[in-house]
Amino acid sequence: MTVPTLGKDLLGLEPLTKEQIQLILDTAEPFKEVSERTIKKVPALRGKTIVNLFFEPSTRTRISFEFAEKRLSADTVNVAAAGSAVEKGENLVDTARNLEAMRIDMVVMRHPSSGAAKFLAERIRSNVINGGDGTHEHPTQALLDMLTIRDKFGKLDGLKVCICGDITHSRVARSNIWGLRKLGAEVAVCGPQSLMPGGIEGLGVTVFRRIEEAIEWADVLNILRLQLERMKAGYIPSLREYYRVFGVTLERLEKAPRDLLILHPGPMNRGVEIDSRVADGPHSVILEQVTNGVAVRMAVLYLLAGGRPELAEAAKGSGREGEE
Amino acid sequence: MKPVLLKGGRVVDPSQNHDAVADLLMVDGKVEALKKRLSAPDGAEIVDCKGKVVAPGLVDIHVHLREPGREDAETVASGARAAAAGGFTSVCAMPNTDPVTDNQAAIGFIVKQGADAGAARVYPIGATTLGQKGEQLSEFGEMVHAGAVAVSDDGHPVVSTQLMRSALEYARSFGIPVAEHCEDPYLFKHGVMHEGTVSARMGLKGIPSACEEIMVARNLLLAELTGGHIHLCHMSSRESVALIRRAKDRNVNVTAEGAPHHFALTHEATEGYDTNAKMNPPLREEADVEAVRDGLKDGTLDVIATDHAPHHYESKEREFDDAPFGIIGLETALGMGLTQLVGKGYLTLPELINRMSTEPARIFHLPAGTLRRGVAADVMVFDPEVRWVVDPAAFLSKSRNTPFGGWELAGKVERTLVGGVTVFTG
Ligand SMILES: [Zn+2]
Repeated sequence: MTVPTLGKDLLGLEPLTKEQIQLILDTAEPFKEVSERTIKKVPALRGKTIVNLFFEPSTRTRISFEFAEKRLSADTVNVAAAGSAVEKGENLVDTARNLEAMRIDMVVMRHPSSGAAKFLAERIRSNVINGGDGTHEHPTQALLDMLTIRDKFGKLDGLKVCICGDITHSRVARSNIWGLRKLGAEVAVCGPQSLMPGGIEGLGVTVFRRIEEAIEWADVLNILRLQLERMKAGYIPSLREYYRVFGVTLERLEKAPRDLLILHPGPMNRGVEIDSRVADGPHSVILEQVTNGVAVRMAVLYLLAGGRPELAEAAKGSGREGEE
Repeated sequence: MKPVLLKGGRVVDPSQNHDAVADLLMVDGKVEALKKRLSAPDGAEIVDCKGKVVAPGLVDIHVHLREPGREDAETVASGARAAAAGGFTSVCAMPNTDPVTDNQAAIGFIVKQGADAGAARVYPIGATTLGQKGEQLSEFGEMVHAGAVAVSDDGHPVVSTQLMRSALEYARSFGIPVAEHCEDPYLFKHGVMHEGTVSARMGLKGIPSACEEIMVARNLLLAELTGGHIHLCHMSSRESVALIRRAKDRNVNVTAEGAPHHFALTHEATEGYDTNAKMNPPLREEADVEAVRDGLKDGTLDVIATDHAPHHYESKEREFDDAPFGIIGLETALGMGLTQLVGKGYLTLPELINRMSTEPARIFHLPAGTLRRGVAADVMVFDPEVRWVVDPAAFLSKSRNTPFGGWELAGKVERTLVGGVTVFTG
């Protein structure tokens, strides 16, 4: 049996095979423990240079990547292009050329245009990791969601996962749909049709237009953040009504035939898409998602750098090595 | 000027229902005779056309030549040469230049640049509204006097229903069509490709077919109300074709175009974020492609027009969202028609020539599209047997933005004559 590899880049979960996704999740397992140590550092990527190139503001994803990189002992540079003189568009080609000239090893990029990660990956030799491109994909977020679900259920195959909220504008939704379906889960989406992209059925998902139906059906709810500007753009009438009609509340969950696992990629709008009592309740794994985010990103960086999965356990060291 | 005798070609002239091997003689820049066998007058240039097709030069009523404003992407001269290389002898230049071609002086400039180019004839289209802003009608009368053959705000729709009504009514005095780019701007908003499964997958903002159809329906109703001639540009959706078919059944004064990319490609071509598959209206679904082909077959769509839209390399070399809409088409249109329509049995060769020459000349009232005795000798000769591979680097257009690079196409243009003068040899 040949061990799958990831190839040069991680652009999304759509192009990956089931085996490649499993490889990342399995490789993440040993890295989880590194974050539990006093000295949270292993030498796996010593000497590697990684640029975190963010054309959109992001705190969580950038910090999570940075922790992952530092815990693997890589040298990292953050470039926040959002809001600076570097405009999106005109300069992505130049940015790519500059990065190439600096002989960096990897780039993590967040960009407001769908397809931007692929665009960059085709133009530079370094590994490119998509940290979110427009409304296309956000593969590491979906991977950490999947790892979190797998931790709880011990499997993904056969589970029913419903992604709730603004599907049209969500790269998290798209990556989750690909990843979960490839690993055998059934996937549904739920929300008002004004927040569903035309043609969504073509992605092999069930569509629910009422949150009650989704709750009745699902084992897991992954609740997306509702961007507050969607109201002004005419997609929904008001946040108040959104919460009343589509909010995941304790009252609604109590009617569910089974306990539902609750995920949210953050940052949350409490009282809009999710009830605080749900977010902080016993079935919420929102904080585990954050912890798993670092482990999954360590796994991706490690594998793309050529790390062998069977050595991930060894790469993390004994724990003592870090304490020297 | 030397007489030219094209000997022994298959002469296809839909205007005379002619499709037979014959000789074509041109004297003093005009068609002198079309007969089974003609002898060459003294000093005539004799061209052996055995095995070749001889047809009236192609006519493209929808091209963007970018001059004035974006001469780095195309000029009237480079566009006219690219046209000739594609077998076209007449093209109509859309007015979305910078500044907009919306007055008689600007029309005169295009006419002059076209004449100086000495390639395909260039007929300007004037803007329907001043600055294409959709607020006030341009001076149709003066523009027509200066050489405009139609009006259009192409690139944008005329949003105001009242203004569109006025345009259709006012245009009647001059016998010109109002060519309309059908798009509901509110439904279009920020869309970059067809709305469907591919846009859902790629995370790109979709443009639903209804965006076009709503305006098609409106424009058909206004044409019916006013009796004006509405010409609908680049029809891309099956329901648009159906709406036009029904309107023609009740004799609405409507004509319409289909573009080669819309009869050859679906939204799948956008996969991989290829900016050369980004155009407006967008590539749609298989059933839409099928409807465009059927429309060209039964005449619901009167003509094939390329919507030749040159863009500089750098402007397409960027993220899909930010790349401009449009592809070039003059040098691939005949090959696309022969390969995709004739080759696949949708049209016969004479039907293709009709849709690419005779009909476009007729609906825009151009002195072209025929080999009748006495008309200007605008003629093209191509070898239907030669297959060739599209190499954008070899284009005479200044731009390279085509999704057809590397495609194998049938039919290579060998010679294009305008007014009896050879302006291109391949
Ligand atoms: Zn147009």
